[in-house]
Amino acid sequence: MATTDPAQTDLGFTDPDPRRSGPLDRLPAIAIPVISVLLAFAIGGLLIWLQGVNPFRAYYVLFSSALGTPEGLLRVMEKSTPLILTGLAVTVGLRTGLFNIGAQGQLLVGAIGAAWAGYHFQLPMVVHLPFAIVFGMLCGAAWASIAGALRAYRHVSEVITTIMLNSIAIALVDYLASRPFKEPDQPISRTPLVADSATLPFFGPIPSGFILALLVAIFFGWFLVRTTQGFRFNTVGLNPSAARYAGIPVKGTILLAMAVSGGLAGLGGAVETLGITGRFEPAFNAGLGFDGITIALLARANPIATIPAALLVGTLRSGAATLQFQTGIEPEVVDVILAITLLFVSAPIVARLLFRKRNVKQTTVTSGWGS
Amino acid sequence: MSAKWAYSLSAVIIVAILISFSMDAVRTTSVLSFSLRYAVPLILAAMVGIVCERSGIINIGIEGQMLMSAFAGFFGAALTGSLIAGAMIGVGTGMIMGAFLATGAVTWKMDQIIAGTVINILATGLTSFFYAQGYVLPGNTPTVSIPFLADLPLVGPVFFDNGMFTYAAIIIALVLWVLLFKTVWGLRTRSVGEKPSASDTSGIGVERTRFWNVTFAGALAGLAGAYLSLEAAGTFERGFTAGRGFTALAIMIFGAWNPIGALAAALFFGLTQGVASQLQADAVVDIPPQFVNMLPYILTIVLLAAVSGRIKPPASVGKPYEKD
Repeated sequence: MATTDPAQTDLGFTDPDPRRSGPLDRLPAIAIPVISVLLAFAIGGLLIWLQGVNPFRAYYVLFSSALGTPEGLLRVMEKSTPLILTGLAVTVGLRTGLFNIGAQGQLLVGAIGAAWAGYHFQLPMVVHLPFAIVFGMLCGAAWASIAGALRAYRHVSEVITTIMLNSIAIALVDYLASRPFKEPDQPISRTPLVADSATLPFFGPIPSGFILALLVAIFFGWFLVRTTQGFRFNTVGLNPSAARYAGIPVKGTILLAMAVSGGLAGLGGAVETLGITGRFEPAFNAGLGFDGITIALLARANPIATIPAALLVGTLRSGAATLQFQTGIEPEVVDVILAITLLFVSAPIVARLLFRKRNVKQTTVTSGWGS
Repeated sequence: MSAKWAYSLSAVIIVAILISFSMDAVRTTSVLSFSLRYAVPLILAAMVGIVCERSGIINIGIEGQMLMSAFAGFFGAALTGSLIAGAMIGVGTGMIMGAFLATGAVTWKMDQIIAGTVINILATGLTSFFYAQGYVLPGNTPTVSIPFLADLPLVGPVFFDNGMFTYAAIIIALVLWVLLFKTVWGLRTRSVGEKPSASDTSGIGVERTRFWNVTFAGALAGLAGAYLSLEAAGTFERGFTAGRGFTALAIMIFGAWNPIGALAAALFFGLTQGVASQLQADAVVDIPPQFVNMLPYILTIVLLAAVSGRIKPPASVGKPYEKD
């Protein structure tokens, strides 16, 4: 297939073996992630124990602070909101055979775009709030389209370009927040607060951004399986040559999928700015896009499954701050747990132990995700 | 990049450097020294990518391998009180990270990009988790002047008055070129990266060759990491490698998977960064520092778009080998 696919990059990041495609067995699809998470917790516990802290107490502190109080639950919802969206961003890419490592950069660009749209204009809320959200989304989509266009029309691997665009985005938003968009008369680099008319409201105790993220996830669960465009995304992801024979415009589909992916990450940034932080500051938003990769792989590129995966990561991230405060354990223990989870989910170790199969279907980035 | 193009560009750059040297010798020398120091970890990391991809394995985890090695090298040196021990611990850590990738990507046939991503996240997590303040190195790494050569104008102070890692990087790039293109090992390595089924038929152990190449390439990532913490900065901070492992992948591509090409590309990258920093420091032009930081990445994207299609990666890179 390497010779027939012009979208195949010339950079060494080729699609894995197409023979691995095929629907997942239902049992491994649920059991493998769950057992991987438990094993990762065990190894994380070992690290905590090596630091001289009782791992059971540490996990109790982590989960009880995150889930045991109303404030904790609110924080988990707020943390999970952008994570659901970046997880979806990576998912849409994976389904189309693209590995979008650039969700982080797209999220940053979306976050500062929404902040600018939120503070720069004075409009009635019915116009202002949707405008700010959509503007952030479009910024993310435009940013990802650079990588999408280069992949579709110049055969440049999106893996490399999105990594580069992440670094450029970090520098760009840092510049924007410290010069043109900077809040006047402030020592720190940050934008002014967004107007009230562009702030996401609460639905009772629940932030509306969280509801929006859930709805978007459900929408994509429907869109990827039940619509023509979703079918095109999947077909291009599974077999670009077959897609071309079927008359699907492969290049346009790749560009569109990348734009949708970036738009989702940008939406994550916009919701973060308009619903939680109220302004853009370069120190915010760190790592949200990278967690999106873990979430999408944990959810096996299933849009609905990104919700529980993002809630898990959101719980860990929000509990980690209290963990550090109460026990002195560095919050980066969460990164270690997530990396080990990712390893167990994608390597055949757990699957072989559990199901005693030699050839359990493995996680691959760009083909056969089952649906 | 086509050879004609590369030669013309090199000629232009050399003429520009000579003109600049005749106008301001001190400043030109300092810019070039800065450029070389900037290029050293990129040269080494690009060699990691070349060895892995020539064997058919994508290594996107170079960044994490370097980060772990920089961490282990620094704390190894600080705790043992010996820079040499620190460097060896750094290189050893790199090799362990190489073996980690080899196990995932070769033995388990994991998706290679995911395997690399795991390394990157794990390295960020572990180095931050175990990071501790208040440690210092037992001393500075000595610089070694090569007799006679160091006295030459311009090239002397730039190329022949450096730390050991800098010499090592340049020598490794040249040696690796010989190994890849003039030895049996090189032929085998390239064959398992291009057409593993043919290698298998002719009796080359595809998985064994890939496994050990990826593992030993990790040692080079270890050297790059140890350079950063022991020689370049003399300290370790969180997120210390700052994307150099990814830039190295781009350099590998410009160099057309050829060690000497990558060496030239890394020096070119260093030079752009050196010139931009100097322009900024002199306030010749008011470039915000963020734009200087962006420069290598923008350059990467532009060059990738320009050279795409004209250089080809090893044919089987990214595909696990399965016997039919």
